Amino acid sequence: MQFGIFTVGDVTTDPTNGTTPTENERIKAMVRIALKAEEVGLDVFATGEHHNPPFAAPPNPPVLLANIAAQTERIILSTATTLITTNDPVRLAEDYAYLQHLADGRVDLIMGRGNTGPVYPWFGKDIRQGIPLAIENYALLHKLWREDVVDWEGKFRTPLQSFTATPRPLDDVPPFVWHGSIRSPEIAEQAAYYGDGFFHNHIFWPFEHTRRMVEFYRQRWEHYGHGPADRAIVGLGGQVFMRKNSQDAVREFRPYFDHAPVYGGGPTLEEFTEQTPLTVGSPQQVIDRTLTFRENVGDYQRQLFLLDHAGLPLKTVLEQLDMLGEEVVPVLREEFAKNRPAHVPDAPTHTSLLAAKNAGSTENTEPGKNTESSETASVGEQS
Amino acid sequence: MKLTVVSAGTTSPSSTRLLADRLTESVTKQLGEAGETLEVHVVELRDVAVDIAKNMVTGFASPALQAEIDAVTGADGVIAVTPIYSASYSGLFKSFFDVIDNGALSGVPVLMGATGGTPRHSLALEHALRPLMSYLRAAVTPTAVYAASQDWGGTDAGELHGRIERAAGELAALMTGTPNNSRAADPFTDVVPFDQQLAHLGQLDV
Repeated sequence: MQFGIFTVGDVTTDPTNGTTPTENERIKAMVRIALKAEEVGLDVFATGEHHNPPFAAPPNPPVLLANIAAQTERIILSTATTLITTNDPVRLAEDYAYLQHLADGRVDLIMGRGNTGPVYPWFGKDIRQGIPLAIENYALLHKLWREDVVDWEGKFRTPLQSFTATPRPLDDVPPFVWHGSIRSPEIAEQAAYYGDGFFHNHIFWPFEHTRRMVEFYRQRWEHYGHGPADRAIVGLGGQVFMRKNSQDAVREFRPYFDHAPVYGGGPTLEEFTEQTPLTVGSPQQVIDRTLTFRENVGDYQRQLFLLDHAGLPLKTVLEQLDMLGEEVVPVLREEFAKNRPAHVPDAPTHTSLLAAKNAGSTENTEPGKNTESSETASVGEQS
Repeated sequence: MKLTVVSAGTTSPSSTRLLADRLTESVTKQLGEAGETLEVHVVELRDVAVDIAKNMVTGFASPALQAEIDAVTGADGVIAVTPIYSASYSGLFKSFFDVIDNGALSGVPVLMGATGGTPRHSLALEHALRPLMSYLRAAVTPTAVYAASQDWGGTDAGELHGRIERAAGELAALMTGTPNNSRAADPFTDVVPFDQQLAHLGQLDV
């Protein structure tokens, strides 16, 4: 199982002292945080994509991820999320394949539709077409990474004739893709169709949203012929704040919670920790709570934590990373491995996908083998 | 059948709840006569007012609020009553319907009621509540019931009772899917003999 962190790159005033980091400080802090994540033994660093203040997350994640790739050896670089709606799929194909080469394959992506409505018109898109854009754009991206020469025509961008996206994916193995959504079944359906991963951000929302989406994704994965439902590839987010003593964690985190973007001014910290996956307490409490996630979604492949938001100072975030890497993740690795059926796969990596390709396996790499329309077609052919 | 009653009254007891109860009694009675038993659930919005505000901020309902939302969206019929504030439904009433997914009330029979200090706000039901319910695609009864302070006593009390009975009959008909014929009788076949008219007014000298 993979453990890591994801960041939304918010530039937020620290409510305890009124200081606000500059964009430059926040951007450099994100790099520090990523390097620290590798140093403490985490497996994944994922960055958000943003096009508006108060965010210093990269508008084009490969810029940040390439910088981190140059300073790291092992950690997988991912996104949370890449906007599949408003980015040109041709640019996505090019940029992420390029990043794959620079990072020696340590790259995957989580696709999302974004949470900022005005982004659509900034890129000439219509928010009412959010789901169709996600579907068409990804269909093209999927093709561009798998076919050397592409003829393509669609609704939302100019047609392509004899087009080759360059560079080609490293070793001709496209980056693994996860699709993220909080409660749009169409996106879980999309992930299932392609045999891609499904990621639920699992922060700010009740467990019920996550449970329903993952259950649906697993069913549809099996329906599309990618194998049994419990072999589907599931990732979850989570949000934690830790101190040695849980009372200290609550006391220190409360002002950040009370003024946080998204939920500040709303429920109490206690209500929010009860109703959503947010855990504020000792490392042991974080371990116990995280282990319960499996009860909601089954054995899963990737757990990312949000640590650096709501104005928490860099120093505090780095301390959180130390605790996560030293005290929490080693125990989680051990505990999640217990009673995990042997046939439950790990999250695909470049290495595993390359090995599968060389072995001639197409499991999980071919979209929708079991579509209803193809069943109907084959019945027609027989008669 | 399930009837859910939403009351946005803010005091306890409130005239809004009083109207809601009168409407509920009448619907229960009329459905009872049709052989239906009714399971009534009352949602007092003041009890979940803070949860509604929190839902506005977080985008999801607390378990207590979710239970009340489920009671409304899962009902066979809904009675929704609000006080009229500043020429429209109360903010609390609107906020509750704002946090329900649009479409969740599609086709659900709804009887609307409103209360106010003066009868001069009665058309807020038609100008404010009815468009809201139409947007939610609820099946709204043709009669909505407004009760001003003066309707609860004095000479107009009988009229309020008549409106309650009519509206409740319309909701009962929508809930059971039976045609509701409350059209006025032909005035020529149903003329009240004049001596009865005089007697009613105490003017008949016998």
